[in-house]
Amino acid sequence: MQLSRNVRSCLRALALIVLLIASAAPAFAAPFEDSVAKFTTDDFSDTEDAIGEIAASGNPLAYPIISALQEGRLMVDTDAKKVYIKQPDGKAVDAATGATVDSIPDSASAVNLNNRLRRTAEAALGGLTLLSPDVGTRISAAQSVFKSHEESNLATVETALAKETNKTAKQALTEARAAILLFKSDAAEADKLDAIATIKSRGDQDALGMLSDIGSDQPASVVKAAAAAVIAIQSRLAVWSAVQNAWYGLSLGSVLLLAAIGLAITFGVMGVINMAHGEMVMIGAYCTFVVQEVIRTRYPGLFDYSLLIAVPLAFVVSGAIGVLIERSIIRFLYGRPLETLLATWGLSLVLQQAVRTLFGPTNREVGNPSWMSGAFDLGQITITYNRLWILCFTLAVFAILLLMLRFTSLGLQMRAVTQNRRMAASMGIATSRVDALTFGLGSGIAGIAGVALSQIDNVSPNLGQSYIIDSFMVVVFGGVGNLWGTLVGAFSLGIANKFLEPVAGAVLGKIAILVLIILFIQKRPRGLFALKGRAVEA
Amino acid sequence: MPIEPTHNIAKPLSRRRWLALAAGAALGLATFAPAKAADDTIKIGILHSLSGTMAISETTLKDVMLMLIDEQNKKGGVLGKKLEAVVVDPASNWPLFAEKARELITKDKVSVVFGCWTSVSRKSVLPVFKELNSILFYPVQYEGEESERNVFYTGAAPNQQAIPAVDYLMKEEKVKRWVLAGTDYVYPRTTNKILEAYLKAKGVAQDDIMINYTPFGHSDWQTIVADIKKFGSAGKKTAVVSTINGDANVPFYKELGNQGIKATDIPVVAFSVGEEELAGLDTKPLLGHLAAWNYFESIKTPDNDKFIKEWHAFTKNDKRTTNDPMEAHYIGFNMWVKAVEKAKSFDPDKVIDALPGTKQANLTGGVSEMLPNHHITKPVFIGEIRADGQFNVVSGDPKKAKLVPGDAWSDYLEGSKDLEADWVTLKCGNYNKVQKKCLGSGT
Repeated sequence: MQLSRNVRSCLRALALIVLLIASAAPAFAAPFEDSVAKFTTDDFSDTEDAIGEIAASGNPLAYPIISALQEGRLMVDTDAKKVYIKQPDGKAVDAATGATVDSIPDSASAVNLNNRLRRTAEAALGGLTLLSPDVGTRISAAQSVFKSHEESNLATVETALAKETNKTAKQALTEARAAILLFKSDAAEADKLDAIATIKSRGDQDALGMLSDIGSDQPASVVKAAAAAVIAIQSRLAVWSAVQNAWYGLSLGSVLLLAAIGLAITFGVMGVINMAHGEMVMIGAYCTFVVQEVIRTRYPGLFDYSLLIAVPLAFVVSGAIGVLIERSIIRFLYGRPLETLLATWGLSLVLQQAVRTLFGPTNREVGNPSWMSGAFDLGQITITYNRLWILCFTLAVFAILLLMLRFTSLGLQMRAVTQNRRMAASMGIATSRVDALTFGLGSGIAGIAGVALSQIDNVSPNLGQSYIIDSFMVVVFGGVGNLWGTLVGAFSLGIANKFLEPVAGAVLGKIAILVLIILFIQKRPRGLFALKGRAVEA
Repeated sequence: MPIEPTHNIAKPLSRRRWLALAAGAALGLATFAPAKAADDTIKIGILHSLSGTMAISETTLKDVMLMLIDEQNKKGGVLGKKLEAVVVDPASNWPLFAEKARELITKDKVSVVFGCWTSVSRKSVLPVFKELNSILFYPVQYEGEESERNVFYTGAAPNQQAIPAVDYLMKEEKVKRWVLAGTDYVYPRTTNKILEAYLKAKGVAQDDIMINYTPFGHSDWQTIVADIKKFGSAGKKTAVVSTINGDANVPFYKELGNQGIKATDIPVVAFSVGEEELAGLDTKPLLGHLAAWNYFESIKTPDNDKFIKEWHAFTKNDKRTTNDPMEAHYIGFNMWVKAVEKAKSFDPDKVIDALPGTKQANLTGGVSEMLPNHHITKPVFIGEIRADGQFNVVSGDPKKAKLVPGDAWSDYLEGSKDLEADWVTLKCGNYNKVQKKCLGSGT
């Protein structure tokens, strides 16, 4: 009959469907093991597939596997076709089943990654950790979802957003949602325009990159809004870029000041052109190296304090060498500036070779303590910790010097000798003793500068050569005999250099600064802050 | 301030005392003069900077040459004569390279020189080698545009390093914007000219290329790294091609790490940074940044394992790394030995004629051949920096690596695409194929 034939064909169709599902069931039931097995070929495209499948699988092992992969703890034994997770506590887990394993065979090696895979893994981790109990993890997950703007994460992002209480995390999640919606092909136009507004208010370089890359298949209003947002962000970033250049100028200026201030003192008080000044800086840097070596071998826990120990040591060592130089060489050459120049130049070569013989000609490694590595963001500019600390250190040294000159008796004697040597001598000041101590002080400050410079430059016997010319430039430009002249000179040269560098490049920027100084000296030969007075040479 | 004569000037030394002091000093220095070497050994000159900005890269090449000479002497020397190394230090001072080369050839009477790293040092010594007709083996990747009769280039030409690296970035990382950052001298300038022409030929717009030069030993990278960040945030994938040489690389990579530029965002591929330059750096923030070479220490072959073991035994230091220029010296030195044995003489002209066609197994499982243009065939590898300072090979399979012949004259520059070098049949370093004549000096 008709009905029974229909029922029979229905039943047949039903049976076929059931059969199909039954045959497909194993494929749905055990794909996780297959996905994990893709790691065993150690082939880049297989690994990429594996990451995608595992992330989408919903299996609780997905996060441990992908985070282990990122950190180089996912081990694969290609012969036995087994994949292991090496946990941070040293225990091993079979990646496919989650069962604990006694040990990982020696033949297993970490799964190879390249940059593309690292990006894929990072995006996958972002999606997996959006609901993590830790706020920091949630924020970084939201950031990586923002960067990858994968559609598959939209549902998780919205769930996380609904539950989120922390303000920073909520903002990060909102931006992540905006990024996804902007690139989602079937999202509503109004949603996309809202997304552009959110991303525009984020206003940083990632936002700029994202809005510039919007693609031509978006509706016209979206493209127009994105273009307008790009222009707005660019102009705001241009202002921040000027601030950034000013910051770089300050940090370069602080380096110049630190290197030049010792020279300003010796040149100012004694009129001695000390070409070995750069070597005093170099000796300070090597003191840091020696201190760190001792700490590395005997007291590894003290590494973060290595600079604090190195500073007084470098001051004493460089200062002592400075006094020695003054007593043995410079003392015989007063009143003969050309001979002093030549003698100190020869001395600089001797010092370089001495250090080369003692420590070897190759660069020595001076590490940064943990509080000097990395950077933080202030608005739209990045400030690196090492430069920030050097700036603070320079200002502190300058302040201490200023106080010393103003309030101590040695300072008083130094100022007196600078202004009028003969009168100071007639007042009973032992000018030769003041000279020796001044030279020692100038060299000691140079040694301290070396400690700071070892953090940002290579420590080699030629370190002094890179700073001697800059030091003389600062002293000549800023004027002799006045510390404030050195300060203003150093910072203005630093800022000028850093504003020229993006325009003209590093090499031409330096040349331009030199030319500007030469022209300036024509107009004002005594420098910015010249000493005035009758006894001072006109 | 006034030049005051009121100091207590100490009594100057009398003339007699000065003369006595000077004589004593001279006598003292004379006792340190080196003893004259034995005359029946063959001298091999080693011309590498042992101090200055390039010492970080070149010191290890001097050491590997000493090891190779030592190994060869253990095998009985060459043609029955023992080899003796003559080491000089040109101190990263380019004119001094020429002086030291002349000293090696005329005073020490070396039969061959292994040396130089920077192209400016090589250009400085070329006239000396041409005039005195000696042989230089140059082991470092360089910019091409040269083929001299007296020089054998065992390092990579741009078509064996720079071009494949750019191809890798375009294909694998889909890079659309390029920063070409280099030290300011001939090698980066010429290589960037070639790369710019190549990129434009591949359709990259001028606005998507940023070129930037810094002096040797540059240490303040803040502005440049910030510029790279800015250039890379225009929405297109950006990469940096770095031809920065010497110890300026150390603060450069430190600044990259400090400003948080990760290889997954803006990868940096370097042509002059190898295992040796990374040895003094904290490589954890640099994970994933790349280098393009024809050899990596991490490539596992029996020859490479043997070489590394010998190296550790010779330097008595298990932590010393091996790198591409060291392999180039290995290949060059062995080729020289083979050529001398073929020519049965140490005479430079005979050895120069015997060298093209010489084959030598390299350390990554292939066989390099010396070509008529005085370049060799080399495999190309791209590696990513690992946390332990070694490289992970991400492109180029040692088991089936095709060896690329070195091309002295780039096909992408107007002035050189018609040129070819052939010292066997054409006897010319820059023969113009179109005009069918030799243009003279090979540079």
